[in-house]
Amino acid sequence: MAEPIKTDVLIIGAGPCGLFAVFELGLLDMKTHLVDILDKVGGQCSELYPEKPIYDIPALPIVTGQGLTDALMTQIKPFNPQFHLGEMIESLEKIGDPLFRVTTDQGKVFEAKVVVIAAGGGSFQPKRPPMPGIEAYEGTSVFYAVRKMEQFRDKNLLIVGGGDSALDWTLNLAPIARRVTLMHRRNEFRAAPDSVNKMRALVADGKMDLALGQVTALEGEGGQITAAIAKPDKGDPFKIECDTLLPFFGLTMKLGPVANWGLNLEGEVIPVNTESFETNVPGIFAIGDINTYPGKLKLILSGFHEAALMSQKASKYVNPDKRIIFQYTTSSSSLQKKLGVA
Amino acid sequence: MPKITYTDAAGESRTVDAEVGATVMETAIKNDVPGIEAECGGACACATCHVYVDDAWREKVGDAAAMEQDMLDFAFDVRPSSRLSCQITVRDDLDGLVVTTPARQA
Repeated sequence: MAEPIKTDVLIIGAGPCGLFAVFELGLLDMKTHLVDILDKVGGQCSELYPEKPIYDIPALPIVTGQGLTDALMTQIKPFNPQFHLGEMIESLEKIGDPLFRVTTDQGKVFEAKVVVIAAGGGSFQPKRPPMPGIEAYEGTSVFYAVRKMEQFRDKNLLIVGGGDSALDWTLNLAPIARRVTLMHRRNEFRAAPDSVNKMRALVADGKMDLALGQVTALEGEGGQITAAIAKPDKGDPFKIECDTLLPFFGLTMKLGPVANWGLNLEGEVIPVNTESFETNVPGIFAIGDINTYPGKLKLILSGFHEAALMSQKASKYVNPDKRIIFQYTTSSSSLQKKLGVA
Repeated sequence: MPKITYTDAAGESRTVDAEVGATVMETAIKNDVPGIEAECGGACACATCHVYVDDAWREKVGDAAAMEQDMLDFAFDVRPSSRLSCQITVRDDLDGLVVTTPARQA
């Protein structure tokens, strides 16, 4: 097992609330590591609406999702947070009082006195496409990601989608698969034009097939797919034989492995108290869109407030002997020293 | 105030008052019209507010822009009349608009 990374606080999710939590925890002398499944910070702000203006951040009459993310990164810089991007927390176990061992899907291990779940709508995961009965084939002959290309050598692949993932894997797998068919609902693609041109060249050379339509049904048994039935915009449904289906329908947010950590849940969110935003497990907090309490509003500004109160209680676990003196950044020389402005 | 009629996949219809300037998605959410999820809150980023525009209204409502077409790739059972309702803004001349929600949002 990998040598554990020891930290005061592990923050799961690097969206606006996770980032601001670094600031509030930092003022109280707690060191932070953040893990996010995306390969960049900012969460939904940078993944879903980087260019969209937000109008309800106090004192910022208008700011884009990316602008808010960039400003938060500047604000938390004095606290030197450590980021682990492109990784998903897979398991969490309690090993002390409180002390948690947290493991990512890449095998990285953390030991944290406090865990803050700031995972927003959950982790971004491949979207299950709207094909009836697809669940029965998942993991056997339907895959939402390519981990090892070799797995698809000599397979009869049907790749569905029109974005970069669909086109990239079409181009990469065409040389090793027995046959590749790319299916998309229309003859226009979101993917990079260069990839689209390469794909069209392969089709022209007879090295792969392009089919225009939407999958309406899957055929197969025992988890093994044998064909997909598709419907074109106009005309009769048609059938494409395949032994492997790779659908690329973008990302959606799922609660994911959080559901298995022994926390109370209400649907897809985690109930917390409103004094400290702590969950039913002492030492594990939940802030931002992922929590719920009476009167909860899923606003970024609420998440900022939650981060501040959470930090007060977190300090009692991380530095139990330390008395917290309430201070303002405007006037406290010790806070200003931490911020590097004194 | 313009009226919008939402018909669900089972054929049941609901007619509600719509504010000019609001979107067809917002109008549905505000009036608890089922069948529209709007997971992303109107950012044209999720395709869960997919509707079919009634044929009589298609010309007046207009076609999806390129970005909306891209998002429609993620929707279920996309047809030529498909639109994302967060991208249709209510206007006075859309009074009486009829849209149908699909059997499922993506």
